[in-house]
Amino acid sequence: MVELKIRQPVPGEEIPDPAAIPALVPGAMAHSRPYLASPEHQEAIGFPGELVDDWKERAIGKLGELVANSRALRVYLDTCVKCGACTDKCHYFLGTGDPKNMPVARQDLLRKVYRRYFTFAGKYFPWLVGAEDLTEEVLDEWYSYFHQCSQCRRCSVYCPYGIDTAEVSMAAREIMDSVGKGQKYCNEIIGKVMKFGNNLGLQEKAHRATLEDLEEDIEDETGVAVRLPLDEKGADILLVTPSADFFAEPHIDGLIGYAKVFHHVGASWTISSYASEAANFGMFIGSQDNMRELMLRIRKAAEDLGVKRIIFGECGHAWRAAYNFLDTLAGPFDFLDRRYPVPQHICEYTYDLIQKGALNFDKSLNDDIRLTFHDSCNVSRASRMGDKPGGQYEIPRAILRAVCNHFYDMPADTIREATFCCGGGGGLLTDDLLELRIKGAQPRMRAMQQVAQDHGVTHIAAICAICKTQFAKVMPEYGFEMDDVVSVHQMVSNAILLDGQNTGGEEDDEDGEDGAERAVSGG
Amino acid sequence: MLTSLYAVLFYGATMVLVAGIAYRVWQYSTTPAPLKIPTTPAPLTRGGVAVRLAREVVLFESLFKANKWIWLFGWVFHAGLLLVLMRHLRYFTEPVWGWVVLMQPAGLYASFAMVAGLLGLWARRIFVPRIRYISAPSDHLMLALLIAIGVSGLAMRYVARTDIVAVKAFFLGLIYFDWQPLPADPVLLIHLTLVVALMVIFPVSKLLHGPGLFFSPSRNQPDDARERRHVAPSLTTPLRAEAGAKR
Repeated sequence: MVELKIRQPVPGEEIPDPAAIPALVPGAMAHSRPYLASPEHQEAIGFPGELVDDWKERAIGKLGELVANSRALRVYLDTCVKCGACTDKCHYFLGTGDPKNMPVARQDLLRKVYRRYFTFAGKYFPWLVGAEDLTEEVLDEWYSYFHQCSQCRRCSVYCPYGIDTAEVSMAAREIMDSVGKGQKYCNEIIGKVMKFGNNLGLQEKAHRATLEDLEEDIEDETGVAVRLPLDEKGADILLVTPSADFFAEPHIDGLIGYAKVFHHVGASWTISSYASEAANFGMFIGSQDNMRELMLRIRKAAEDLGVKRIIFGECGHAWRAAYNFLDTLAGPFDFLDRRYPVPQHICEYTYDLIQKGALNFDKSLNDDIRLTFHDSCNVSRASRMGDKPGGQYEIPRAILRAVCNHFYDMPADTIREATFCCGGGGGLLTDDLLELRIKGAQPRMRAMQQVAQDHGVTHIAAICAICKTQFAKVMPEYGFEMDDVVSVHQMVSNAILLDGQNTGGEEDDEDGEDGAERAVSGG
Repeated sequence: MLTSLYAVLFYGATMVLVAGIAYRVWQYSTTPAPLKIPTTPAPLTRGGVAVRLAREVVLFESLFKANKWIWLFGWVFHAGLLLVLMRHLRYFTEPVWGWVVLMQPAGLYASFAMVAGLLGLWARRIFVPRIRYISAPSDHLMLALLIAIGVSGLAMRYVARTDIVAVKAFFLGLIYFDWQPLPADPVLLIHLTLVVALMVIFPVSKLLHGPGLFFSPSRNQPDDARERRHVAPSLTTPLRAEAGAKR
């Protein structure tokens, strides 16, 4: 399925346009569906164990309830005029040619049922407006195609009404969960966070041991005793980061980067073992109840530890959830120091320190890397950094430029608000959807191939645990190596000069070939 | 007889149109928006949001980013329709407002633009496989209806002229409840019948997409989640007691 291997691109070789529109191939991805959640995974997070007998009535009832409680869903289901603006905007459509992966067609899978049961035209003239009864075939199609949406919101940028397929696919997943047809990957993980505090099921003892090992590694390498504190009461800052940061490559190098930044400025900070996860898969399945419950863990950890601020590590959807939903669902956060934004992103924190000149870098330590930056969708189109619109694009780039001499952006129509998803977001980062993930990565990978050819780019930096894991998995399919993806704070870590640090002979760390596979579930 | 029939049709259609739009707006405005979901980068203030919405309404900014052809045909159609509707005000006002008199020629050119835009949109719906795939019969029929209205209107100007003085008397009569005879002119009756059909279909179809934009949370919310706590009506009471309580 992969035509291109261009690790060393031939000069002048034509790389296809990342946004090239494929011919329609109806049914091309009809076979794609993730594993069903088991009864115990379903019940652990408040859903029926398996498909209930009266699923049809309950599904329709749930749809009505969701529409009545979400202006977004109601407006989005009503307003579409089928203009076609979104039809070529989804990376899964571009990568597969399956017409049901066109955003409007994906929405229509739910909209046709909404029309049938909730609109005048659909009740009386279903054939005219494309309304359809809810049948088992329709439910199966929902399961297939609403798990081919990474909720990246690219379509919503281009829709004249801002219709966001993410909202529609979240609603569809919520309906399916409510009748007992949930997805294993997401629901099992949510259960793990409820039980252990993180997606990986990592328990406190192992967590502490991992962090201690990391401290030793950093000291061996730099000669500086950089700490990774766990559950330290009275710390100023609670760092909430995706649990992949504790285990996977290149995530872990990002964590080391945060720790070095905190260390260098003498910040008092801690990680919590109770809320050791920034990811919130409750968002992916459209479940506000579950999303809220996961957030209340973060609130409780902040209260118990008595911190003054909460900072989130590199994670795309976690930042959306934290930035936009945390205060609404788990707030108000009056007990925190309101002079700081609640919450704050680690990139905002590091950027502020760079602006103040508080960090020292030797950019040449990253000279073996020619870098581009992947705007993660939930950061780009669903949140912000800094105090200006678009700060989410400028701040990570400013950090990278401060620590790296060779930075090149991918083509303009594939970055910033137009960024292409990595192909693994929205609860799809599971091996049972690997074909979809590889095909969905195609637009992003072609854009990277272009900068590889034009500027000799060797690495792509990301600020999202899902993007990092996805890239590590799919990049070999497109002619790159699995460790050609780096964390933004890994670049910071490479270039930062700590006080008392060893000098010389360590500009190149040759590790990290074998780590990425460990964290397939690491949100 | 004919006059009474059309009088009743227009009263009925007007009621359906006004009540239908009012109902939809009421429904949208009373449905809660529980979470902050602006598509970013988004304005930080309500004033900024007003500017963003104005750019969408006047320029179709997002559509322009998406697809230049759809934007061109869609914008030309809507702008043409607006001018045509303004031109039609002369049939409902006496004396006719000065600016309506002045813009009469513009309204005439606009009617050609409107039909051209509609034909362009329909051609895309037929010839672009992606858009053909997503089209239901009603999507084609609505374009046909609008084109038929435009063409029958143009026909009365250029092919079979109708007694517009009498038509105006009929509509003023409707407004002042003093019915005047409607000319029994086939093209006029076709035009008016299609307009009645449009007025009735409008509130129960996708044609009512204008209000949707103003109520679309991805467009109408300011990006201020960290500055102002967004409290949703449906979430003021806790959904569940405490984190982990049920375990």
